[in-house]
Amino acid sequence: MNFKHKFIFLFPGLFVLIGILIFPIIFTIRLSLSGWNSYTPEMNFIGITNYIRLFTDDPRFWESFFRLSFLSVTTVILQYVIGFSLALMVWREIKFKRFFRVIFLIPMMTTPVIMTVIWRTFFHESLGPVNDLLGNIGVKPILWLSDPVIAKFTVIIVEVWQWTPFMFLLLLAGLLSLPKEPFLAAAIDGASPFRKFVYVTFPLMAPISIGAIIIRLIEASKIMDTVFVLTSGGPGTATETSSFYIYIKGLREFQMGYAATLSFTYLVIMIISLTIIAKVLTKLMIKE
Amino acid sequence: MHKIYTFLKYTFITLWTVFIVAPFLWAISTSFKDFQSVNSKVTYIPWLDFEPTLEGWRVLVKSPARGGVDIVEPYFNSIFVTCTASLISIILGTLAAYALSRFTFKAGFVRNNDITFFFISQRIMPPIVLSIPFFIFLSTIGLLDSLLGLVVVYIVLLMPIAVWIMVDFFNRVPKELDETALIDGCNPYQAFYKVVLPNSIPGLIVAGMFCIIFGWIDFFFAFILTFTEVQLLPVKVVALNSSITPWWSLSASALISVAPLIIVAFVVERYLSKGNLSGALK
Repeated sequence: MNFKHKFIFLFPGLFVLIGILIFPIIFTIRLSLSGWNSYTPEMNFIGITNYIRLFTDDPRFWESFFRLSFLSVTTVILQYVIGFSLALMVWREIKFKRFFRVIFLIPMMTTPVIMTVIWRTFFHESLGPVNDLLGNIGVKPILWLSDPVIAKFTVIIVEVWQWTPFMFLLLLAGLLSLPKEPFLAAAIDGASPFRKFVYVTFPLMAPISIGAIIIRLIEASKIMDTVFVLTSGGPGTATETSSFYIYIKGLREFQMGYAATLSFTYLVIMIISLTIIAKVLTKLMIKE
Repeated sequence: MHKIYTFLKYTFITLWTVFIVAPFLWAISTSFKDFQSVNSKVTYIPWLDFEPTLEGWRVLVKSPARGGVDIVEPYFNSIFVTCTASLISIILGTLAAYALSRFTFKAGFVRNNDITFFFISQRIMPPIVLSIPFFIFLSTIGLLDSLLGLVVVYIVLLMPIAVWIMVDFFNRVPKELDETALIDGCNPYQAFYKVVLPNSIPGLIVAGMFCIIFGWIDFFFAFILTFTEVQLLPVKVVALNSSITPWWSLSASALISVAPLIIVAFVVERYLSKGNLSGALK
């Protein structure tokens, strides 16, 4: 194939993306070395002062980061288990198969922030249906949004509702693309459904599972919308995630320089940890 | 054994369905309530528990001056931004994906896979990291608080998705197809446009659906980069949430905002059941 054609196909997209992104990235790095805040809104140069502050004097960022890790890992594991079970259940013939498939897909089509507005009324501590129904069977009102521990689980519930469908979609698409022969062989051997799953379905699905988990982890590491509307990081800082903390520093307190430091560090940690997770998962799930 | 399994299966499916549908049912019911039925005690079923009114739905079309929530303009803004950004992303993304699937690139240590990974890896970028520089960048070129500015930002969000889906899709379209077209005297562009593209319609639809979903549900960039001139739907509804808007109009506006994309669920399911998604999502 002629040499120049391939570049004509590739370059428009590549350059538009680089063109839009190159400025923000360079700018963030430069900004992180400055003391830009609301008193001195200028690009001065203060060296690595911001980084020293982050690594020695900002426990709130690291707390928010561990909270984020906890929230995203928990939600992704739940999504994977539930999504995989659901996908297995509507994979083969069952009654109303297509109806259930549509229903299971719906939450991911809805805007997270808007659904969270509804979830807020849903979990309202005195006027919401959850506490009312639980009250009917004699459970005391649960402080869904104002108890520091329970609020985390409320966020997890909403995230699982919102994003299990994506996991379900990826895994069901994977199941539907599996070759038929291994299943026939297992059927001839008279394998039980459980053994069939452990020895045939799961190993075949391992690469797809890893892909789906990584994609979901990437998206879950950005948890922000839900928290923003549901609890605004509260009560206190109980549900504050890294993104939300950076948002507060940068766009509420206008410590732009320091927020850029946080952003850049956060991005680097994300890339490193996702690479490690991908490697570890591949090792764990694909034997041979 | 088999019976227990079937029983458990249907129980699980039913419970999950209830869980998915519950917030919608609650919102539908709430949207027909009035002050009394929201604030006195928790009510569920219209006519039985409370007398339904249409007030929550009526305010949606009233102008703000007459006590309404102006949701029509944000609605069209959202549609415009999502569709424009998706279209541009699909066009650029498809061209790039075709190049990455058919030709070999070599520049130093960079290979095809590295370029593909570069595109897709943009999804790793947390929105907050981009939002501060974008804020300053757009205000420098005067596109802050404008539809065009949002379109530019959304292209970054959506093009990775288009490339991700289309590369895998093109990899499954047999190479012989373009080779035959080239032998028949097409130039590479004609081969792409006349032969490959018509065979890729399912992939294009799936990629389009995903771009529309991820464009439509974005809140953060719209929230940071627009103020008063331009408002997108999610920002508008969240703004209602923090003001004194009563639950019934809040529920009604939330429902009307998520409604159009539910149709997308049907389309995605159709392609899923036909098996078109299987390769595209690997």
